[in-house]
Amino acid sequence: MIDTTENAAKTPDHPQPWAELGLRANEYERVRDILGRRPTNAELAMYSVMWSEHCSYKSSKVHLRRFGEQSQVTPVGKLLAGIGENAGVVDIGNGLAVTFKAESHNHPSYVEPYQGAATGVGGIVRDILAMGARPVGVMDSLRFGPLDADDTQRVLPGVVAGVGGYGNCLGLPNIGGEVVFDPSYAGNPLVNALCVGVMRHEDLHLAKASGVGNQVILYGARTGGDGIGGASILASETFESEGPVKRPSVQVGDPFMEKLLIECTLELFAAEIIAGIQDFGAAGLSCATSELASAGEGGMHVVLDRVPLRDSTLAPEEILMSESQERMMAVVEPADVERFMKICAKWDVQADVVGEVNASGRLTIEWRGETIVDVPPRTVAHDGPVYERPFARPDWQDALQAASPAHLARPSTGDDLRATLLRMVGSPNLCSRAWVTDQYDRYVLGNTVLAQPEDAGVLRIDEASGLGIALSLDANGRYAKLDPYTGTQLALAEAYRNVAVTGARPVAVTNCLNFGSPEDPDVMWQFAEAVRGLADGCQELGTPVTGGNVSLYNQTAETAIHPTPVVGVLGVIDDVSRRIPSGFRTPGHIIYLLGGTRDEFGGSEWANVVHGHLGGLPPAVDFGAEKALADILHSAAGDGMIAAAHDVSDGGVAQALVESVLRHGVGARVWVPGGLDPFVFLFSESTARVIVAVPHPDEVRFTGMCAARGYPHERIGVVDDEGVLDVQGQFSVGIDELRRAHEETLPAAFAE
Amino acid sequence: MARVVVDVMLKPEILDPQGKAVHGALDRLGFEGVSSVRQGKRFEIELAGMATPEAVAEIEKAASTLLSNPVIEDFSLRVEP
Amino acid sequence: MTIGVVTFPGSLDDSDALRAVRIASGDAVSLWHGDADLRGVDAVVLPGGFSYGDYLRCGAIARFAPIMEPLIDAARGGMPILGICNGFQVLCEAHLLPGALVRNDHRKFVCRDQRLRIENASTAWTSSYEDGQEIVIPLKNGEGGFVADDATLDRLEGEGRVVARYLECNPNGSYRDIAGVANERGNVVGLMPHPEHAVETLTGPSTDGLGFFTSVLMSMAAA
Repeated sequence: MIDTTENAAKTPDHPQPWAELGLRANEYERVRDILGRRPTNAELAMYSVMWSEHCSYKSSKVHLRRFGEQSQVTPVGKLLAGIGENAGVVDIGNGLAVTFKAESHNHPSYVEPYQGAATGVGGIVRDILAMGARPVGVMDSLRFGPLDADDTQRVLPGVVAGVGGYGNCLGLPNIGGEVVFDPSYAGNPLVNALCVGVMRHEDLHLAKASGVGNQVILYGARTGGDGIGGASILASETFESEGPVKRPSVQVGDPFMEKLLIECTLELFAAEIIAGIQDFGAAGLSCATSELASAGEGGMHVVLDRVPLRDSTLAPEEILMSESQERMMAVVEPADVERFMKICAKWDVQADVVGEVNASGRLTIEWRGETIVDVPPRTVAHDGPVYERPFARPDWQDALQAASPAHLARPSTGDDLRATLLRMVGSPNLCSRAWVTDQYDRYVLGNTVLAQPEDAGVLRIDEASGLGIALSLDANGRYAKLDPYTGTQLALAEAYRNVAVTGARPVAVTNCLNFGSPEDPDVMWQFAEAVRGLADGCQELGTPVTGGNVSLYNQTAETAIHPTPVVGVLGVIDDVSRRIPSGFRTPGHIIYLLGGTRDEFGGSEWANVVHGHLGGLPPAVDFGAEKALADILHSAAGDGMIAAAHDVSDGGVAQALVESVLRHGVGARVWVPGGLDPFVFLFSESTARVIVAVPHPDEVRFTGMCAARGYPHERIGVVDDEGVLDVQGQFSVGIDELRRAHEETLPAAFAE
Repeated sequence: MARVVVDVMLKPEILDPQGKAVHGALDRLGFEGVSSVRQGKRFEIELAGMATPEAVAEIEKAASTLLSNPVIEDFSLRVEP
Repeated sequence: MTIGVVTFPGSLDDSDALRAVRIASGDAVSLWHGDADLRGVDAVVLPGGFSYGDYLRCGAIARFAPIMEPLIDAARGGMPILGICNGFQVLCEAHLLPGALVRNDHRKFVCRDQRLRIENASTAWTSSYEDGQEIVIPLKNGEGGFVADDATLDRLEGEGRVVARYLECNPNGSYRDIAGVANERGNVVGLMPHPEHAVETLTGPSTDGLGFFTSVLMSMAAA
């Protein structure tokens, strides 16, 4: 029997599986208060999924407000859309705007690595598309348990193949990201995907259903039983005689369908017949209808029978909750429906009118002629519960910070340093990522100017002027564990610097905040500190947070992952032909280290690789220095003063030098600056530092600029073609030996 | 209504990396006595009417033009009762 | 001289092929798979991508698109046709080229800067190169292993129809390191790597790919 609103009003005491659907008693009571009766099964399905942590941000909301309270002005102007929209939109000049956002797909990627990762990419791409933008690139930030753990062997190849399989088939270049291994992610891998899109200013589309009489069109894939584990509780109640229906909790992606959806949607935008648009993410139709309706001024009526199904046995609650991929919802004026349908037909995309915008102020849904949903849409989409979860600094934090790395044994001789270097460059977190990134198409669309292993991805946006963007995605869970406030700022500083070393001007920030359970006050404190750190940092840098994503409950039993705030920074570069690559290429170029080096090893890769140690304080952050450094790099790029620049971060100067010489297989002679301990010089992870290669004729001009700005700059070496990295007075190591050490790790780990 | 099943297999002389990988996995999982694995495709085609010789001949034509590529694949066809 | 680039549902490198034609100073014309009309172009590029999701077999469904009818006729009449990656797969499925392309032997998608040797510089698409010239252009495919029976391979070698061969590493298990082949007349060429992604120093590993496009423009101008 269908549970209609009429039936619900008549059977107030009918027991409902609200707890099984993840609602709390007080939340269920609130739904009853809102409706003035018990919810129907379909309404219960909608509220439970829309009020979940994932969709409602109920634990994180109170903290995330900090981002919205900040200035919404970037160094290149005001945001065209900011927090609250599907994704932030930045004006980059020439009438063009860029939108970018990252999203997590952590748990699905653990359950089914290939499909979990693939649909993660698909979801974020549709988010960008729904803003009115053409998606032009993707990045992925991946974290796994230890490299040699059995589960990593299962999860990583599937995740990488899924990110590649979906993105490659969509024709979006993958321009960068991270791969990190740490025991804290065993059983809780992190799969964060970022997409960036481009639009003309006038093409900006926001999700809202306005205009009474406008038609609501569902287009794209048919709806099946994907990802509705929860709703099957309701379905089994509906079909009591047949017992519980087993539905898969995994969504399956079809990138070919998504490619058609992109081209079809862009043609619809160009035809100017879309009044409102919404992508389908988590919570499917429940989310799309309630969000569209509540953002508009009226109401909406949907006839659920008109939703095309892949599986005719689906119950209405399941249709509402299905997370079938590759679907979009558009609001279209009646006169434009025919043209809309024609464009969809051209692209072989199914489209059906499923509803209409009205002035009722309510979202009503009918099924087989009866009303099964009648709700105020805002209460579903926006006015969900908000919790002020208790948080407190963990009692173990002091002990962790007191466990300084100062007492760890350090290499003292040249031979020790050499052995340490080789061990470090081949270690899981510092070795070459080529085994992963060679599975991603970085060339498609023909606008990729820089991609991995460069510090940031750089895309040409405007072929005529050379206007382009740079993007980097960074995090360091070890730093954040030691101090979540500073650790988050370190992620921001690194992403900012990675963008700056390409010569681009960093302008805006997105984030994907991965944490454990918000019900644990320790975790909630980490979260609050991370948000505070990011907000303060963005304020200092003048780069607003444009949007973001939160993933909580990343933990196994009592053990949470390291707090992992992944920060994405977008930069603008006026002329991509001025970009600075990271690799040394030309013998005779002088190597400079910019920025000051301190004895900073808390949370460092050296402490991790050599001693398996995590303790002390992370490196200090200095946003003033980061800004000054970015300005120097931007000016130097514009004037063509530097031939190469590479960020110094994990693994220190040693790692940066190795990566820069291996890029084109040159050698380098390097000396330890006076007053610095060789070990500290090579492996400290002090921030606000980069190494640059300066052509001899530009040296005086370049050092003059650094001196004028009072920025520390030390001549530390020269590029040569001797095939050796020589640290004078300490050790030398052949480029071939370095390359083997750096490149063999991942292929060996995943050899079949 | 009748159902025609078309099985498509890579020709024996064509390398089948997927079959090879499955074979390797079977060995690792301890399934013994397997000497070779080849992976193929199976199409289940529902006919609107009966499986008349003409209808089957049509499917056979479809199998040789679209469902399989005769350069690398062989197919076999059977009518399911 | 106009060169058409066909867009199938799922074509991805079509805009890049159009750009490469323009950079080579040709007139680029976009062609739609659903139109049985070559719009008077002088040559055609079938671009890379995953036409129809590469479901069934790569190129198998695209091969039956309406545009393929006039294209097959034109190819038999001597019109220069270049199939890149997915386009190569379509040409093999259409039996305009011998052999077939199967899943990479290591079963992973691979994207790398690939060194090739031009083995035949007398086809419509390679005349700007020298025989034996080495070039570096991007390669990116999941099903790029070129296979054919021994007799066919021997015939291709004997007739000089192996257009390009992989050097340094065979990235996908192609028989005899074959990266590209031509038909008997040399007007139809299939190539697994992507010359259209090596036409600008800014975005490619080299500009070595430009020669494919200048070749056909020059050969057409000479004709």
